[in-house]
Amino acid sequence: MAVAPLNRYPLWKYLLILAVIAVIGLYTLPNLYPDIPAIQVSHSSGTLDASTLPTLQRALQKQGIRVQGEDQENNRILLRFANTEQQLQAFEVSKEALDGRHIVALNLATSVPGWLRVIGATPMNLGLDLRGGVHFLLQVDMKAAGAKAINNYAASFRVNLREAKIRRFAATHAGNEARVRFRDAASRDAGLDVLREEYGNELDFSEEESRDGFYLVAKINEETLREIQSLAIQQNIQTLRNRVNELGVAEPVIQQQGAERIVVQLPGVQDTAQAKEILGATATVEFRMVNEQSDPFEADETGRIPPGSILYYERDNKNPILLKREVMLTGDSIINANSGFDENGLPAVIITLDGKGASRFSKVTAENIKKLMAVVFIDNKTVLINRDGKQIRKTVKSEEVVSVARIQEQLGKRFQIEGLDSTHEALKLALLLRAGALAAPVEIVEERTVGPSLGQQNIDLGRKSIIIGFLLVMVFMVVYYRMFGIAADLALAANLVLIIGIMSLIPGATLTLPGIAGIVLTVGMAVDANVLIFERVREELRNGNSPQASIQAGYSKALSTIADANVTTLIAAVVLFIFGTGPIKGFAVTLSIGIVCSMFTAIMGTRALVNLYYGSRKSPKLAV
Amino acid sequence: MQILKDKLRIDFMGKRKLALIISFILIVVSLISVVARGLNLGIDFTGGTLVEVGYSESKELEKVRQALAASGLDDAIVQHFGTTRDVLIRLPVLDTDRDKSMLSSRIIRALDPTGSPEVKRVEFVGPQVGGELRDKGGLAMLYALVGILIYVALRFEWRFSLGSVAALVHDVILVVGFFSLTQVEFDLTVLAALLAVIGYSLNDTIVVFDRIRENFRRTRKDIPVQVINESINQTISRTLITSITTLLVLVALFLFGGEVIHAFSIALIVGVIVGTYSSIYVASTSLLALKVSKEHLMPVAKEAGSDDGSQV
Repeated sequence: MAVAPLNRYPLWKYLLILAVIAVIGLYTLPNLYPDIPAIQVSHSSGTLDASTLPTLQRALQKQGIRVQGEDQENNRILLRFANTEQQLQAFEVSKEALDGRHIVALNLATSVPGWLRVIGATPMNLGLDLRGGVHFLLQVDMKAAGAKAINNYAASFRVNLREAKIRRFAATHAGNEARVRFRDAASRDAGLDVLREEYGNELDFSEEESRDGFYLVAKINEETLREIQSLAIQQNIQTLRNRVNELGVAEPVIQQQGAERIVVQLPGVQDTAQAKEILGATATVEFRMVNEQSDPFEADETGRIPPGSILYYERDNKNPILLKREVMLTGDSIINANSGFDENGLPAVIITLDGKGASRFSKVTAENIKKLMAVVFIDNKTVLINRDGKQIRKTVKSEEVVSVARIQEQLGKRFQIEGLDSTHEALKLALLLRAGALAAPVEIVEERTVGPSLGQQNIDLGRKSIIIGFLLVMVFMVVYYRMFGIAADLALAANLVLIIGIMSLIPGATLTLPGIAGIVLTVGMAVDANVLIFERVREELRNGNSPQASIQAGYSKALSTIADANVTTLIAAVVLFIFGTGPIKGFAVTLSIGIVCSMFTAIMGTRALVNLYYGSRKSPKLAV
Repeated sequence: MQILKDKLRIDFMGKRKLALIISFILIVVSLISVVARGLNLGIDFTGGTLVEVGYSESKELEKVRQALAASGLDDAIVQHFGTTRDVLIRLPVLDTDRDKSMLSSRIIRALDPTGSPEVKRVEFVGPQVGGELRDKGGLAMLYALVGILIYVALRFEWRFSLGSVAALVHDVILVVGFFSLTQVEFDLTVLAALLAVIGYSLNDTIVVFDRIRENFRRTRKDIPVQVINESINQTISRTLITSITTLLVLVALFLFGGEVIHAFSIALIVGVIVGTYSSIYVASTSLLALKVSKEHLMPVAKEAGSDDGSQV
């Protein structure tokens, strides 16, 4: 009876297996190339000028610093250097050659050749525990955000009620509610009408009576509260982004996590005390009148500053400017600032003030019509200073004038700053004003910092344990299963290539130390499928079946067992991924990828090898 | 090469009473220890501050303690980490601190007189985050068990599902008990290892169960003890080999993976040993206790042959 050979794969199957391993193997290659010192240049607006690169090149050439290679992509320039010394020199030169709106950061570039980068092959992302850096989890104080909002509302009530000619009331606020006491029910009803018209969409009102008077109680409604909180988070993220840019960190991560937390990851940063100060400090803005009588340039040169004035510099052109000592308004009176257009369709920033700020501001502006007013942005900036040849980061309080405008009329609760050059300018000013408006305070609730030496140590230890574990298992398999063991070993090697290749391919996947542990564990567990199959083959042989039939039966009978066993492990891994944080997620990722890959290599891969070796023989003696 | 003889006939189930007693004692000891001694929870769960510093030469802990005490940090737990050059300092959350996250900076400043060590690692976990991680960890464990319960019930039968979960709970209790008895620090990585143990132990159990199902369907005699014994004998060499390869890599990880994943590899090593034992004794014994029999496992008429390639 003619029977089709049991253990032959069609040619396409061999080719498919080879192709999968070859293609994914290609993507593991970038991990073999070392990193090269580089500097990264980007622009705070997000888009880089075409002139930036030539400017940089000229500046570096003048100093005799050789650039090994340059890339411009995604609005960032990456310049590579031969060694760290040149990198640091170039860093200094670049900072000086470019204006303050450019962000220059030390970074590492891969030395992956162009042909690999063309197909999108990049090395794996390394977690902070491997590359070193700081991880912060910040909690935004939402209670404070709500309390500040209710405080603003209470202050606004006073203005509104006074404007409506309602007398003898007292507005107070406590916790999450504002209370207004009236003398009689009639004035309360009148007050309610006024306030409901103004704030009906934002506040829930209720009435209360007690011995000492008639009360109106206002609470922020759910939707508005959510809005306030989301605004508080956004505002904080924006402020943090500005500051991190100042720090000069390459590839920082600043993300919202959950409803009230922000994750900040700064690879390569070591001075955590410094980073904490910067992240924790709050920025603010101040409105001041300009001293138009004196010459700021003269004051700047001679150092003689007229009494009652302070010398400032403008942010963009660094020109000196003299401002009056009195502060007209501070950032915590600003409720919101948006960019938009004035009645002539020109870019403008529309600012909304709280009640208290508005009444004060309208009084001052009424006295100063046709005069110049300046907005000062105060922040804790980080500067690099050179001390004994060492780069040291230092925080300094920076006060810069970000806008100067002429007061055209008396300004109230809502006003706009006009005469801005572009919509971009308006956008930027609005952003600064929002950042300077006192957002809800943040508190660091988690910190994980790994120094660079420990990171490298973790990489070395991880690599060592993978290699040793791998070799131990390989030797064991060959000794125990001989020919079949070799097939399993080749499959194991392919499995490792696939895990690393896929980790490099998935953009969001990050290798962490527990992730390496996951790979090690997978190496141990991946051979399980082969053990199951080979034991089954042995059993079939013992039961007196022919070698070819034993191979066939061994593979097919073990299949459902392998599938069941792996699916359950996968369940555990997925749960781990959903509930785990940071590095633990990395463990779940490598474990899952390893399990899925091992199904492919241990079943299809080894079968292909066994078929190739034994498939064409009539009655081979199996070395299993 | 072979470790075990070809046709094994070990009466595993005959010793199930003894195994049951051993398991029972181990579980009771574990539980008592967890209740009485508790776990040495890491700052991941308790909240607190941890600073690891490296000196250029080996350092006496007493000097470090004195330096910390001089700055008012008397409560610090100070120990060597890996080598005598590396020192680990741990402090609980102090309520008196206005900004709790700044404590690590205070520690680092306090260490300056001891020879300005290199800061290798700083971890700070706020009390609320610690509580959340604890809750999340417990939930993760619960969800993993429920997910497995459902999957096994669908693929096998509810008796098998209960049997496998009994084995998993057994394993988790014993590993946690081990950590309580030895007071090795229980941190987030140990929790991850515990979930990996669940996955591994289940893997083992499923392999045995698969064979039990196959043999029940094939056999003419419906004597559960015999069928289960036969199945365990048939799979025992695979169970041992896989445990050996896994233990090989875990030992490599324990010896060469560095101090940070020590506890992780210990948890897995204990878990793999316990898991191997439990898939034989706890899972299979539960099946017997639940009176599993041939009729529970006959494929539903329509699915016969299609769902299972193992019936030849």
